[in-house]
Parts: sequence; structure tokens; C-alpha cells
Amino acid sequence: MGHVPLSWYLVLSAILFVLGVAGFVYRKSIITVFMSIELMLNAVNLSFVSFSYELRRIDGQIFSFFVMVVAAAEAAVGLAIILTIFRNRGTLQIDEVDSMKL
Amino acid sequence: MIDTILFIIFAILAIVSGFNLVLQKHPISSALSLIGVMGSLAVLYLLLGAEFLAMAQMIVYGGAVMVLFVLVIMLLNAGREKGSTKSWFAQIAGLPLLLCLVALLGFLIRAILPPLRSVEFGSWVGGTAEHIGQLLFTTYLLPFEVISILILIAILGAVVLARKELD
Repeated sequence: MGHVPLSWYLVLSAILFVLGVAGFVYRKSIITVFMSIELMLNAVNLSFVSFSYELRRIDGQIFSFFVMVVAAAEAAVGLAIILTIFRNRGTLQIDEVDSMKL
Repeated sequence: MIDTILFIIFAILAIVSGFNLVLQKHPISSALSLIGVMGSLAVLYLLLGAEFLAMAQMIVYGGAVMVLFVLVIMLLNAGREKGSTKSWFAQIAGLPLLLCLVALLGFLIRAILPPLRSVEFGSWVGGTAEHIGQLLFTTYLLPFEVISILILIAILGAVVLARKELD
């Protein structure tokens, strides 16, 4: 029983990314769609860290760190937008929010 | 040996939690599944020698971001999502297209990349706080400063967007 090949990590990252895409496309609740975006960002982070291991350089981890910070900022603003949408329209269904102006 | 077992356990946990996120109808179940994904990814980062990132993943993602999500779900009293009409295209072609996407990515990983290393736990620990900090404050100093401005703007934006209108 040897060690784990690095390509397994990359395949795991691909599977998680596609799951995020599936959630983004299929789900109808705004909050779940938003969580799917976070899942996709996490999958890409795993790729960055894997390649950082392969190349023995930590630049990939720095990029991953920046992605994390941007995701935190995006979550704060996005959830504030969701709050505003709910206050104005009283719904979280994504297909009921289909007009730009009330 | 131990790293193979850990990888298999946490990879399966991540995939199962990911499926659970997509399939659950209640947002709070999806949020808890997302915490499962993030925790298992933190363990995988640790296996890949990214100590600092594993801790940041747990604190920033598993802690701060998910608390924000759960708080908003609680605040909005978000219940089960209602079933709605899906387009015929999504119903017919959605799943095959997603399978095509994952097959394509797997093929690219297999075919394009040169032979990669195998992961040996502890053989390379590059991502300690010392190394990350050294790189962050020398090579990547400008992006680091810019991202602090980004966070400031995000805070202001969140406050402006979420406040109640006073009239």
C-alpha cells in the first residue's frame, strides 16, 4: 500500500467543483446557491494547494489564502444583499426574483 | 499508510457532504454539510503540508463564514425550499452535461499533466506560518495591502446594504 498519488487530490477537487456547479444550477433557494459558490471556491483552493505541493513552492498557498479572504468579503456583502432582497420581496426563491424593479 | 487511510476517509466525507449539500431541501442542512466539506478539506490541507492554511480554513471558513450563513438562515427564518418548475432543458440535459464536465476534468488531469508526485505526509511542510508570513510581507506585500482595502469596502458595503431605511 503506497502513498496517495497527487492526481487523486485533483480529481477530488474536480468532483467537488462539479457538485458546486450542480448546486448552483439546480437549487432554487438563494442561500443554497450562495453556498454552492463557496463549495466551488473551496474546490479550487484544494487544486492550488495540491499544485503547491507538487512544485514545492508556497506561492499556491498564498493564492489560496487570498481566495479565502475574498470569499469572506464576498460572503459578507452577498448575505447583506440577500437580507435586502428578503426585506423587499419577502421571498428567497430565486425564480420569484425575476424583475429588476418592484 | 496512515496518510492513505486519512485521505480516503476525508475524501469520502467531503464528497458525501457535497452531495448532501446539493440534495438537501432545507438550507440549514446544506449549511451543516458545507461545514463538513470545509473540515475535511482542512485535514487534506494538513496532509499536503499546508499547516497555516488548514488552520485558516477552520477559523475563517468553518468559523466566521459559516456562522454568518447560519445566522442569516436563522434571521430570515428560511424554511424548506418550494419545488418549482424546471426548464425541460435542465431536466433532460443537466445530469449528462455535469457528468461530461467531471469526465472531462478527470481526463485532463490524467492526460495532460506530467507524472505527479505521490503525497507523503510530513515529507514536505512548506506552509508554516513563518514561511507564509515571509512571502506575504515581501513578494506579495502589495496584494496584501490591497486586500485590506477590499475588506474595508466589504464591511462598509455590508453595513450600508443591511441597515434599515430611516425615513
